[in-house]
Order: sequence, then C-alpha cells, then structure tokens
Amino acid sequence: MQWLWENRDLVGGLLLQHVALSVPPIIASLLVCIPLGRLANRFRLTRGLILGFFGLLFTIPSLALFVTLPAILGTKILDPINVEVALTIYAAAIMVRGAADAYASVSREVLQSAKAVGYSSGSRFWKVELPLAGPVLLANLRVVSVTTVSLLSVGALVANGGLGYLFTNGYQRAFPTEIVIGIVLTLLIALIFDQILVAIGRLLMPWEKATRSPSTSLQRVEVG
Amino acid sequence: MIEFITVSKLYPGGTLAVDEFSLVIPAHKTVVLVGSSGCGKTTLLRMINRMEAPTGGSIEIDGEDISKTNPVSLRRRIGYVMQNSGLLPHRKVVDNIATVPLLEGMNRSRARVLALELMETVGLEANLADRYPSQLSGGQQQRVGVARGLATDPNILLMDEPFGAVDPIVRSDLQLELLRLQRELGKTVVFVTHDIDEAFLLGDEVVILEKGAQIAQKGSPEQILARPASEFVADFVGTRKGKRRLSLSSQPADKAGEFVVVDGTGRPAGVLELEPGELLGAASKARSVSDKTAQAGDA
Repeated sequence: MQWLWENRDLVGGLLLQHVALSVPPIIASLLVCIPLGRLANRFRLTRGLILGFFGLLFTIPSLALFVTLPAILGTKILDPINVEVALTIYAAAIMVRGAADAYASVSREVLQSAKAVGYSSGSRFWKVELPLAGPVLLANLRVVSVTTVSLLSVGALVANGGLGYLFTNGYQRAFPTEIVIGIVLTLLIALIFDQILVAIGRLLMPWEKATRSPSTSLQRVEVG
Repeated sequence: MIEFITVSKLYPGGTLAVDEFSLVIPAHKTVVLVGSSGCGKTTLLRMINRMEAPTGGSIEIDGEDISKTNPVSLRRRIGYVMQNSGLLPHRKVVDNIATVPLLEGMNRSRARVLALELMETVGLEANLADRYPSQLSGGQQQRVGVARGLATDPNILLMDEPFGAVDPIVRSDLQLELLRLQRELGKTVVFVTHDIDEAFLLGDEVVILEKGAQIAQKGSPEQILARPASEFVADFVGTRKGKRRLSLSSQPADKAGEFVVVDGTGRPAGVLELEPGELLGAASKARSVSDKTAQAGDA
C-alpha cells in the first residue's frame, strides 16, 4: 500500500494509459465487425472466407505480431500504433464470429415482415436488423472488452503496455506487490468496462429487459 | 380493384407454384383465397405487394401495372397482416402500429395519437400502448398487427392466415371483429386461409384453389354450397360426406316444426326449424340446406 502511495503518479499514469490504449481496439473491432459479420451471415461463401481468415489471424503468436507489424505498417518498433493494430486484429478475430451469430439470431420472419410493410433495405438494416442483432453483438463485445484489457499487458514487452509495465518491472525487481497491484487494477478496468457496456446495452435496448422479465417470472411460477 | 392477368410463378427449383392465374378482385369486398397448403395461395397474396415477382403475366391495381411501381412505396400503401403478427419485437405497441407513418416522416407525438386511435378501433386497451409485443397475448398481438395494417388507411388490406396461430376462441373473436371492422371501413380485403369455415364466414367471395393456384371454383359461399363445381369442391367444403352434408335424424324433436339434423358422419349438427307450410317435402329440402343455420346457432 505504501509502495502504491509513493508511486501513485506512475501507477495513475499507467492506469490512464491502459484505459486509453484498450478503448480504441474494442471500438475498432466492433466497427469492423458490424459490416463483416453481416457479410459473413449473408452468403455461405463469404462466411467461410471471413471466419476462416480471422480464425487464422487469431493463431498468430502475439509477440511475433508485435515484431512484424512495424515492418508491415512502416512504423517504429515502439510506436503504440503497433499494439493498437495487433489488439484490433485479435479483437476482430473474436468478434467477427460473434457478429455473424448476432445477425443469424435475428428472426427471418421479422425481417420479411419489415420488408412487407415497407422498410427499404437500408432502413431495414439500421432500424430492424442491427438493433435486433444488438443483444448478441453486445454479449460478444463484452468478451472482446475483457480480452483486450488483459491482452494489452503483453504490450509492455514492446514498451506500450499500460499496467503491463508493473508486471515486467515487478518481475525484474522480484517485487510481487507491484505485480499484484498490476493484476488488481487490470481486473478493475475490465470490470468497469464491462459494467459500462451493460449500461449502454440497457440504454440502447430497453426491450431486452422488458422481454426477459415476464419469462423469468413465469419460470419462477413454474418452479414454485 | 386488383386484377391478376394470366399470372404464373415458376420457382428456380422448377416448382410451378402459380400456373396462369387470372382473377378480378373487386374493390371494397372481402375475397378469400382458400386451399390446402402448397396450393400457391400465399404466393398469390405476396405478389400483390411485390414480395414475390411473377415469372409470367401481370398484376394491376386500379388499372396500374404494379411491376412499374416502386416496391417500397407500393408496400407502404397496402396494409399487410400476417400469421404470428410479424411485429417488431424491439418496438413498443404504439411504434409498431405507427411503423409506416413513422417511416413516412410523421412526427412522434402525432404518430402516437394515431396509434392510440387505431388501438381503440381494433379493441385494444390503451394501457397496452407502451408494452413490447412479447408482453402481449397472441390475440392481442394479432390485433396490433391489424392496427398496423390499417395505419396508413390503405385501400387494400392483405391478410395471410392472420388468425392461424391463435386458439379457437380467440380466433372466433378476431373473425367477428374483422367482420365488424370491414362493415365500417369497406376495404378491399384479400384474405388467405386453409380453413373453409373461416373462408365462408368472412368472404363476400370465396376462391377455392387447387395445386398450382388453379381456380376450382369461385363465388359467394351460398353459390358454392348450392352448386359445387366439382367433386373436389364438394369434398373440400364438406357437402359430399363431410360436416356440411346435413340430413334429418330419426330422432324427433320435442317442438313441432323442429327436426334434429345430422352431418355426413352421422354426428348431430343442430336443429332445423321449418314453417308449417314448408313441412311438406322437408326431408328432401333439408338435404340441400347448408349448415349456415347451425353455424349461426353456434355463434
């Protein structure tokens, strides 16, 4: 605790850096996967291609990716862009399958009926299909969020890891307190991000709660 | 007026769902397309709002070839009610009802007023306005579906087995409600069902379809019962051996002038009342009486 107090500026800075570095990959993966997941769910061929490609990306070892990305992107090896791109690739690799599932979860009957009452294909996507894919999209985004926050620590190996610095530094100095603080704060960020996502979900998808509550009360009646 | 002119629909797999179908659907009448599943009746209905495209022939609404119209605006001016209501699960009842007005840019407060009016029209309590469809019963959802179909005050209302998925008691409520609405509104209703009782109850004109949307017979329910065009029709409506083949039972009724009537399977169907003057030859006459009287007695 005393160490934490004495190093509050360092830890606070790393915490903010951790937050700042983990948000962009989460958002970027969502933005990339909203159209890609739609495409993957549309045709069998595109599904195979897209899911196969991202499945392959996920198997690249992270350290290898950190090292090769600067050569591909033409950035410096310590540039934070490298970590951001790498994490976006992993996040998207997890997210794209979930996004395809999210669109698959939308009832075809509802889509047909929306078309029949006069939605154009554009407005049907934005006002019907995407909102109804929302709950499954959100569930996958929560996984991506937690994964990204924890995976970011690896970036410390190339000098951009936020709280990951506490792990490498604590390990080098054989100082467990520092490592434990790093772990706790990482968990805390992951937890807070998750709660924020849940709150956003409640705000954007009020029907979810309304829809779920009667069925749970029904189950309770059956049990009781 | 809706006119089918030698319309065909050949699916890519090689199934000929509709084979050169021609029919004039008069304005302000309820026309029921009835037939067993796979006869092409739903395909016919879905061609009217261009959810399906004919592979041959053409369809005209008030003399205008619909293949030359914009499909989205065509669909917005035709009411459509389907089985399982087809409501948007993420929209409240009021927003579901006002779907098309909202798409057309009506402001939300006006749309709400309109939706509340329509809820009253179809017999829904106003306190359901802010519920989501999943919080309603099947019958209530179907009423919301009908209200949505009426939201733009369309001339044409297409109904695709709208009461097929609700239980019999609710179905009969909804059918009577539709009859009342239609008396008030006088829309051109095209109604698809596989249930001949529903067809005879709701239809000003009933079109009985065979495979490939071939018209086995069309006419008013009375005309079809009086002169079934073929054995197929007689079997389908049940005047050959079924529930509409009525005959006098050997069991006499207590009251003078009343006779117990049984259907084609020998089950009692109701009581027939004859004026004293009609008694003569009652037996031969009763044979051709439809069970409409018996139905009315049930309701």
